[in-house]
Amino acid sequence: MSSKALIEIKNVKHAYQTDAGPLPVLDGLNVEVAKGDFTAVVGPSGCGKSTLTRLIAGLLFPNEGKVFLQGKRVTSPRNIVGMAFQNPVLLEWRSILDNVRLPLEIVPNELSRKQIDDRGYELLAMVGLEGFEDKRPSELSGGMRQRASLCRALAHRPEVLILDEPFAALDAFTREDLWQIMHELRHQEAFTCLLITHDLRESVFLADQVVVLSDRPAKTQYTLDVPFGRDRDLDDLYTPEATEILRDLRYQIQVAQKRVDEEIQEIDK
Amino acid sequence: MNFLKKFGIPIATLIVFCLIWEFIVWINGWPNYVMASPSDLGPSFLKFRWLFLEYGWDTLWRTVAGLLLAIVFGVVVGMIMGFSRTIREAIYPLLVGFNAIPKATVVPVVALLFVGQHDLNTILIAFMISFFPITVSISIGLSTLEPEYRDILLSLGASRFTIFRKIALPKTLPEFFGALKVSVTLAFIGTNLMEIVEPHGRGLGHLFDSGKISADYPLMFAVLIALAIMGIGLYYVVIVLEKIFAGWADRDVT
Repeated sequence: MSSKALIEIKNVKHAYQTDAGPLPVLDGLNVEVAKGDFTAVVGPSGCGKSTLTRLIAGLLFPNEGKVFLQGKRVTSPRNIVGMAFQNPVLLEWRSILDNVRLPLEIVPNELSRKQIDDRGYELLAMVGLEGFEDKRPSELSGGMRQRASLCRALAHRPEVLILDEPFAALDAFTREDLWQIMHELRHQEAFTCLLITHDLRESVFLADQVVVLSDRPAKTQYTLDVPFGRDRDLDDLYTPEATEILRDLRYQIQVAQKRVDEEIQEIDK
Repeated sequence: MNFLKKFGIPIATLIVFCLIWEFIVWINGWPNYVMASPSDLGPSFLKFRWLFLEYGWDTLWRTVAGLLLAIVFGVVVGMIMGFSRTIREAIYPLLVGFNAIPKATVVPVVALLFVGQHDLNTILIAFMISFFPITVSISIGLSTLEPEYRDILLSLGASRFTIFRKIALPKTLPEFFGALKVSVTLAFIGTNLMEIVEPHGRGLGHLFDSGKISADYPLMFAVLIALAIMGIGLYYVVIVLEKIFAGWADRDVT
């Protein structure tokens, strides 16, 4: 698997320089994502999950260890990556279509203006935003803005889609809509995805593999292969099997937060 | 209806304002050297109409020149301050200190620095009084750019210049125009300060001074009204530019 892995993070250590001295955030992190796979990364808050996205995007370089994309070491940003964040950061002065076009204005390509527009229309239709192409971002709801942000991340057909808690600020029903849209996008577009999230149900519903990070400085605490196929239904989350998986993940997060050890020590006393 | 709302209501307000003004002067029986009334202004404008046109033009172009200088300087310094925290912290006290100096005290200094260069002196004061809001707005606009914007473009391999052109510049435009509206009126104050304090025979400020010397009180009031009209005119020019370049920020327009 390691030779075929599209994203490879090997023994990565990283610390930020602060006024109070170095603050280690990643300590011996190993993550591998095979081509076409969907991996979710969960962990206690502030454990360095966002640092991970910046390492893969080539916006930050680790103090120690190596990050590979398509077998090549990441030494600068590579335009085979698409990113979406919790804040959709749409450009308010552009129409929705022009927002989605943005990556194709920057990444070198041989598409004509019409082909670029068609790509935008195609993506917006996939996420149910047809008819909103000429609207301004301020005229859209939070969920719709996030959908447009996903389209923008995919406009240049990136190999790797990095999602940093994109659904965290949405209400529960909108979030479930977007989970289903993610599944549809995966059927239509070929990408490998790394999703950072706090939501265990989200990770189990969307991902093939869930990686639990330990508390800061983070290392890989636990990896879970989600035993569901590609076609998933929200009802799958309410089966005993899913409940068992979620309980398992929840336990691992508590271990990561070192809460479990303390409880055991309490009992020992 | 829309047209009436847009132009009718402000004009009606102006007429009502003049009527109230006229009424207050009339009921108090004030002579025109205490308080001129709107009906005194017409004859004044008529009598000095060529001077008003000529001097009005002087004041207007000097103000606009000072404002343009303020825009260029303000945008450049604002950009540098917006992108470099060190430079921002280094020159902020200097800027604030300079802005705190009453410009009336700078007028004689500038007048002595460039003796006889009346146009230059006037433009300089208009510039000095009006650049500060522009500098601050641009630097704040740039320094508060959410890092995600930068990350999205950087991860695609965009250069810093592309990020500035595609995101930082358009995103800062609403703040820039907000500051420009303040700067327009400030620039008029600057121009007239120079024209009144250091009279040199040109501009509406000089006409005001002449009115004062010859005890022509209605003329003084007429100059004030002429300045107000020019200020409103230039303000609306900025509004039109804002609609064109930063209309997207106006949430009411659909």
